[in-house]
Amino acid sequence: MGIAQQIVFIILVAVSGYFAFKQFGKIYRNIRLGKDEDISGNVGERWKNVLLIAFGQKKMFKRPIAAIMHGFIYVAFLFTQIEVIEIMIDGIFGVHRFFAPYLGGFYTFLVSFIEILSVGAFVATIVFLWRRNILKLPRFHKDEMTGWPKLDGNLILVLELLLLVGIFTMNGTDTVLQSMGDSHYPSTGNLAVSSWLGPALFGNMAQGTLIVLERFGWWLHLLVVLVFLYYIPRSKHLHIFLAFPNVYFQKLTSRGEMENMPEIMNEVKSMMGLTEEAEMPPADAELPEFGSKDIFDLGWKNILDAYTCTECGRCTSVCPANVTGKKLSPRKVMMDIRDRAEEVGLNLDSGEAKFIDESKAKDGVGLSKENYNDGKNLFDYISREELHACTTCNACVEACPVLINPLDPILKLRRYEILTESAGPTDWVPMFTSIENSGSVWQIPDARDKWREQLES
Amino acid sequence: MAVKVLTMAEMAAASEEPEILFWVGCAGSYDARAQKVTVAFSKILSKAGIKFAILGNEESCTGDPARRAGNEFVFQMSALQNIETLKMYNVKKIVTTCPHCFNTLKNEYPALGGTYEVIHHTQLIQKLIDDGKLSIEGGMFKGQKVTYHDSCYLGRVNDVYEAPRSVLSSIEVDLTEMNRAKERGLCCGAGGAQMFKENEPGDKRINIERIEEALATGSKTIAVNCPFCLTMMSDGVKAKEKQEEVMVYDISELIVQSNGW
Repeated sequence: MGIAQQIVFIILVAVSGYFAFKQFGKIYRNIRLGKDEDISGNVGERWKNVLLIAFGQKKMFKRPIAAIMHGFIYVAFLFTQIEVIEIMIDGIFGVHRFFAPYLGGFYTFLVSFIEILSVGAFVATIVFLWRRNILKLPRFHKDEMTGWPKLDGNLILVLELLLLVGIFTMNGTDTVLQSMGDSHYPSTGNLAVSSWLGPALFGNMAQGTLIVLERFGWWLHLLVVLVFLYYIPRSKHLHIFLAFPNVYFQKLTSRGEMENMPEIMNEVKSMMGLTEEAEMPPADAELPEFGSKDIFDLGWKNILDAYTCTECGRCTSVCPANVTGKKLSPRKVMMDIRDRAEEVGLNLDSGEAKFIDESKAKDGVGLSKENYNDGKNLFDYISREELHACTTCNACVEACPVLINPLDPILKLRRYEILTESAGPTDWVPMFTSIENSGSVWQIPDARDKWREQLES
Repeated sequence: MAVKVLTMAEMAAASEEPEILFWVGCAGSYDARAQKVTVAFSKILSKAGIKFAILGNEESCTGDPARRAGNEFVFQMSALQNIETLKMYNVKKIVTTCPHCFNTLKNEYPALGGTYEVIHHTQLIQKLIDDGKLSIEGGMFKGQKVTYHDSCYLGRVNDVYEAPRSVLSSIEVDLTEMNRAKERGLCCGAGGAQMFKENEPGDKRINIERIEEALATGSKTIAVNCPFCLTMMSDGVKAKEKQEEVMVYDISELIVQSNGW
């Protein structure tokens, strides 16, 4: 490989690496737009989850066929990294198949293994395209899956096909070139797929054509990897990275426990005379806002959840509200949170003064998350009708293969609506007042133990 | 069978302490249909020789529907008052016939300062059978097709799937599972304070979707473990005009009927 190729290679990799790094930095910043929350401890259990659920894809196997298909793409992706490392070394130092002479027979095994996985991945990708576009699996065709999300899903699959075309072109032509005795091509041994696919496809070609095709396959694979690097932070495909931290940082408290609100607990305690004077909240404190209105009031884990979502729709397909035709879709809630975080992130990057809250404007202080106000919030994305339809049944939480919790933000938004806005379904008001006044969800004049009479006979 | 149920106050007056507090809940106290479950479970407890008590008028809503609707103030008021009452009677063990009460007492009260050993009545019944304290006869349900509806808050939220099924197997029913069962069980539509409001617009009510699935099993008996599921599933049966053939029962009622108590 000529020095020019090496220079082009190094510049391309460096430039895309830089842009990817910058973009991932922005995602980290956007996640941190959420409230600080301490999610730590139980390191052993967390790593166990990462191994079983993220790495081992345990929850995917609730739907075995999809799990096996997805498994091929996933495992092929993992092992192809070895080839990508080799491509990096070859590209930078201008060598060819750097690992081959060192690894010998093991190299043949490794590349063969990757090739077999890649055939599986190829078939799976075709099946996935078919399932999305021809079979029209219902969970891929909900209201939120039009426009960009639909294109995003297909683009990823097409890019994957290109990656595989690149790999097989590169390996296949290489096999034929080896048989021509060109010393530039070290022996890879008999590769599981390319040793027959190569001659079948490229057997009759001239050496010059083969050399060009080999380079084409190599560059195609590399370029698609770089395109992916640029594309992933803008796509639902982010799950390939974020699934791991998302599983690690899952809240380990019981699913049945809604996060306590100590500020309200303490106020109620003081109202009931259960606290010492010293613990009483200061009387002049500004009227606080409760619950979440925007991404700033969600926890950072909620936003990590949103960026981890790959829009598979398992949550929505089991949501009792959604399956009975209500507007609520847990997947859409996660997509809305991510879209809102992206919007705020872009506005923050613009640095424009129009996004500074008037009441917080100070001379010489630029736009920041602290003084941000674009006149919008999460309620512009998620309607109240959606929020009210949730039965808190946890089916969405159970369904997610990467432990995203769509229920948590729904409940935080409900808290904002009820506690801060004093709004919400009017049907709920009698239930609230009844609990408050009579200690029962229904206002019934009978004694609470009247049922005992039924036992006396 | 006549059973005398005492309140904590009545027991305290007689200087007695129960082994366990039976948390009846709002539905169990006031809903005419759920009261029958309360009665059935009281019979089971006394048949097993368990010394239990209720709180009677000193019991308040656990606050679950208020909290899930978003009203933390109402939740805290009700919950903190309950915790004070439970503290006064030095309560350590609680059994509930409602999975929502069960979940809130078990998982949410600790953060407010109230920690108890809480079990659901299906778990206690299973334990009583296993310990030989309840002798069960298959009786009228032997060999009959019964389908069991997992409540969200006992099943998915608290991972209790086997105890209710094991109790059902003790009366030798032919348990016929619905397509969506255990961790995939479909909600009845009442949770998250839906019980107390009208539905959002949609194609159908959730309980109709669920009852169709239950009826498709061909079972004439639908077993539940939650007073709200009981209401929703019974309403579903009525909506399908099957109330003459298909019955919805709490598991405790099946035990009582099966044994003719």
